[in-house]
Amino acid sequence: MALLRASGISKRFGGVVALSELSIGVEAGEAVGLVGPNGAGKTTLFNCLLGILRPDTGTVTFDGHDLSRMPVYRRARLGIGRTFQRIELFTEMTARDHLLVAERARRGNGAMWKDLLNRGDPTTDEQVRAAAVLSLLGIDDVADLPVEALSLGHGRLVELGRALITEPRLLLLDEPSSGLDRMESLALAQVLGRVQQERGTAILLVEHDLEMVERCVTRLCVLELGQLIADGPTATVMGDANVRRAYLGEAV
Amino acid sequence: MTHFLSFAIPGIPYGFVYALVAVGLVLTYKTSGVFNMAFAAQAYVSAAIYYGAVSQHHLSKWVGFVLAVVVAGPALGYVLDRLLFRHMRTAPTVVKLITGLGLLIGIPSIVQFFWPGQHQNPPSLSPKPNAVYHFGSYHIDGNQLVVIVAVLVVMAGLGVLFRFTALGLKMRAVVESPRMVELAGINADRVSSFAWMLSGFLAALAGVLLAPYYANIDATNFIALLVAAIAAAVFAGLASLPLALAGGLFLGIFQQVLTGYLPLNSIWATALRPSFPFIVLVLLLLFWPLVRRRREAGDPLAGVDPPPPALAASLRGATLDRLTTIIFPIFIVAYMGITLFLVPTHWLFLLTQGIVYATIFLSITALTGMSGQISLCQASFAGLGAFTAGQLATEFNINVIVALLIGGAVAAAAGALVAIPTLRLRGLYLALATLAFALLASNLLFPQSWLGNGDTGVNVPRPPGFNGNRAFFLLAMAVFAVCAVVVILVRKGTVGRYLSAMRGSQVAAETIGINPARAKITIFALSAGIAGVGGAMFGSLQGTTSGGDYNVFFSILWIVLVLTTGVRTVEGAVNAGIALVLVPELLSDLGGTSVFSFLGNRVTALSFFLFGIGALTYAKHPEGAVEFNKRRSLLWIAAWLDRRAGREPTAGVADAATLARGQAPALELSGDGQAVADGPAPVVPERSPHPGGP
Repeated sequence: MALLRASGISKRFGGVVALSELSIGVEAGEAVGLVGPNGAGKTTLFNCLLGILRPDTGTVTFDGHDLSRMPVYRRARLGIGRTFQRIELFTEMTARDHLLVAERARRGNGAMWKDLLNRGDPTTDEQVRAAAVLSLLGIDDVADLPVEALSLGHGRLVELGRALITEPRLLLLDEPSSGLDRMESLALAQVLGRVQQERGTAILLVEHDLEMVERCVTRLCVLELGQLIADGPTATVMGDANVRRAYLGEAV
Repeated sequence: MTHFLSFAIPGIPYGFVYALVAVGLVLTYKTSGVFNMAFAAQAYVSAAIYYGAVSQHHLSKWVGFVLAVVVAGPALGYVLDRLLFRHMRTAPTVVKLITGLGLLIGIPSIVQFFWPGQHQNPPSLSPKPNAVYHFGSYHIDGNQLVVIVAVLVVMAGLGVLFRFTALGLKMRAVVESPRMVELAGINADRVSSFAWMLSGFLAALAGVLLAPYYANIDATNFIALLVAAIAAAVFAGLASLPLALAGGLFLGIFQQVLTGYLPLNSIWATALRPSFPFIVLVLLLLFWPLVRRRREAGDPLAGVDPPPPALAASLRGATLDRLTTIIFPIFIVAYMGITLFLVPTHWLFLLTQGIVYATIFLSITALTGMSGQISLCQASFAGLGAFTAGQLATEFNINVIVALLIGGAVAAAAGALVAIPTLRLRGLYLALATLAFALLASNLLFPQSWLGNGDTGVNVPRPPGFNGNRAFFLLAMAVFAVCAVVVILVRKGTVGRYLSAMRGSQVAAETIGINPARAKITIFALSAGIAGVGGAMFGSLQGTTSGGDYNVFFSILWIVLVLTTGVRTVEGAVNAGIALVLVPELLSDLGGTSVFSFLGNRVTALSFFLFGIGALTYAKHPEGAVEFNKRRSLLWIAAWLDRRAGREPTAGVADAATLARGQAPALELSGDGQAVADGPAPVVPERSPHPGGP
């Protein structure tokens, strides 16, 4: 059974149909790429999967749970992590704080009486886990600076770390390489590969950088005008005539 | 039907004035992004000028009208835009809101300062205010007629402006992003000046038209007018001028019609009619689809603004840390010793009052300091705590200390009750909803004999054993210390970190598993609980306390004051509490000297003016004026210590200082700086040399 299954998802914004009767599934541990021209509905799909937007029709199930009526934070605790196209960081917090607060939140802990007994500080275990993720991403040296002082590339890594530390079983990545230079993109692809292989995390990757897509995923879905126009092994889909016309351009 | 119409017709002029103010609010919100709380103050100033010209200096009504409405109104609007709001179009909502609230308190105080006393029987604009015009079995008087005619003329003019002129189009574009509009070659500043002058004119007209309906010209009346107009503006989704017009008209008429259908003798009925706009405002904020759908206007280019500076405490090096650890207890002991044994009884009372205020202000430190949200009903929570404690202690003979705690618990429950329906609301809308709740508490709850007992008030005895002034001072210090420790622990604990994350990005906080509803209800309850305990202590200190001590004016004054001194730290609350007590006291001492004897009965006005105007520093120093100066002196002291020891600057200070100059050397990793050019991502390219301004 698929880890994530979205069936018949539709979403309209006024007269604009962002998604129409879209169905997509991700198997456990699988890396899937999702490409398509701007405005195809990729980010809207992410928002519908996570409950930030309510789809007009359709259902989403994750690991056998029906997510339709579940708020965002409960979906997150079930094991869906995500990053954002326009990065969303917690201003005034350091990279390490980002990871520590995410590590605390994923278990839903946070009763105020513990704070009042001065038991709210990060535990040693949490510190160790945060340090491990920081070094996996190679951002230890900037871990204690407020995120406002970081470059966009580092900001994206902090977002990724914040998602990773919650140990998601499915990671939704929204254009993680935009704003990164070539070296940073390569490093990011490596990290994603390790996460997928070592932790068995499934990845749904929205990305315009096709080199990165080919490097990271084994299956590719192509979205156009809110509909899936191709779904299959990366190489097959890349060679598909429809896909070339809709997205890749004939010259590729 | 006759019955209905005979009440509806007198409501029309009210409705037209509400509509006028609502249109003015929407206009400034649309063109400058500022929800102008000072609108009521602008209306008040013009009403006072008109009164002075016509009633005191016996000028003709036309001269008075030109002075008050055509000259003073737009001039004040122009000054506000030029000096203040122009520079904060893209500032966070809180900054704009607090500046407006500060003006709402400060501007009427200027009038009161130059012109103390009551202004009774305001004149009407109409040449024959008492003439009665009949049509069928209905009639209106000259004053009502002039209101209707004036508003219709103005609305027609506005319609032409927006529909047929390029200026109207430009005004709408400026709101979206003044920076982008300037890139397109339009002078955004000039457009914004015009909008502010226009809205100043509308405010002035509304003030002069409405003044004759009141017994005297009083700033509080204009706040009530403002809330009714806010309801109409919210009805319009803060966007549509025709809807604002319709909403204002509907509200004015229905408020009058309600009078005709409610029984006249019960306290609920007499309180319900003036509260009608507040109830409508709450309902609109909670259920009106135009609000539900609306996102607050944010500038797409806002990401390039520098972030607020870190707290001063983070700049302390190890040496300074040791130093403050030693000095702090000495300071506290010295302060308490001086208060207890050296100063006269009057000053002991004042300092106790200051600490009690500081306790109440910790509720603002908890809520606004941690979640970044503004509540304008903190005084109502304080009042609820005080009245509960007083009623329990006097009517049920419960031990006063226990009654204080129950008062806090009841206030905390009320805080949760306020938080639950308003979960969806943030920023401006939350502030407006809490404003309406505060007015409802003042009008409907506090007059009840079982709670606030109207103007008579409630006796709140002092706890047994703490009857003496010195003993009560010690109790107040202890209560404050407990509340301060709670705030500090929660802030650095899980709840505080969740709230900090939510403030940075609510959507990202949810995607890591933070339950935003739970965090918000928790902090509202905690904050209201602290306010309740502080309020009960306040009542206990005074002996008797009534609803007038906790009206919405105080909620506004308190939050303005705390945000001015520093909302993120406990010291900020202390500074605000002591300032609230000592500034009027010192001013009145000053008034006792021969040079400043003119101060006399103007002390209150002057201190409110200072508190209100103090809020203007908030735009430059969102961390608070005290916090800003603390950071500056800390940096200076650290540098001085290092120079004395002949060292390079210590590591902690060096890091902070480098960061402040935007030279974080370890960070030049992103290659070619492309990240910065990418636009709206909240990554900040560089900081200004002095993060808080000069």
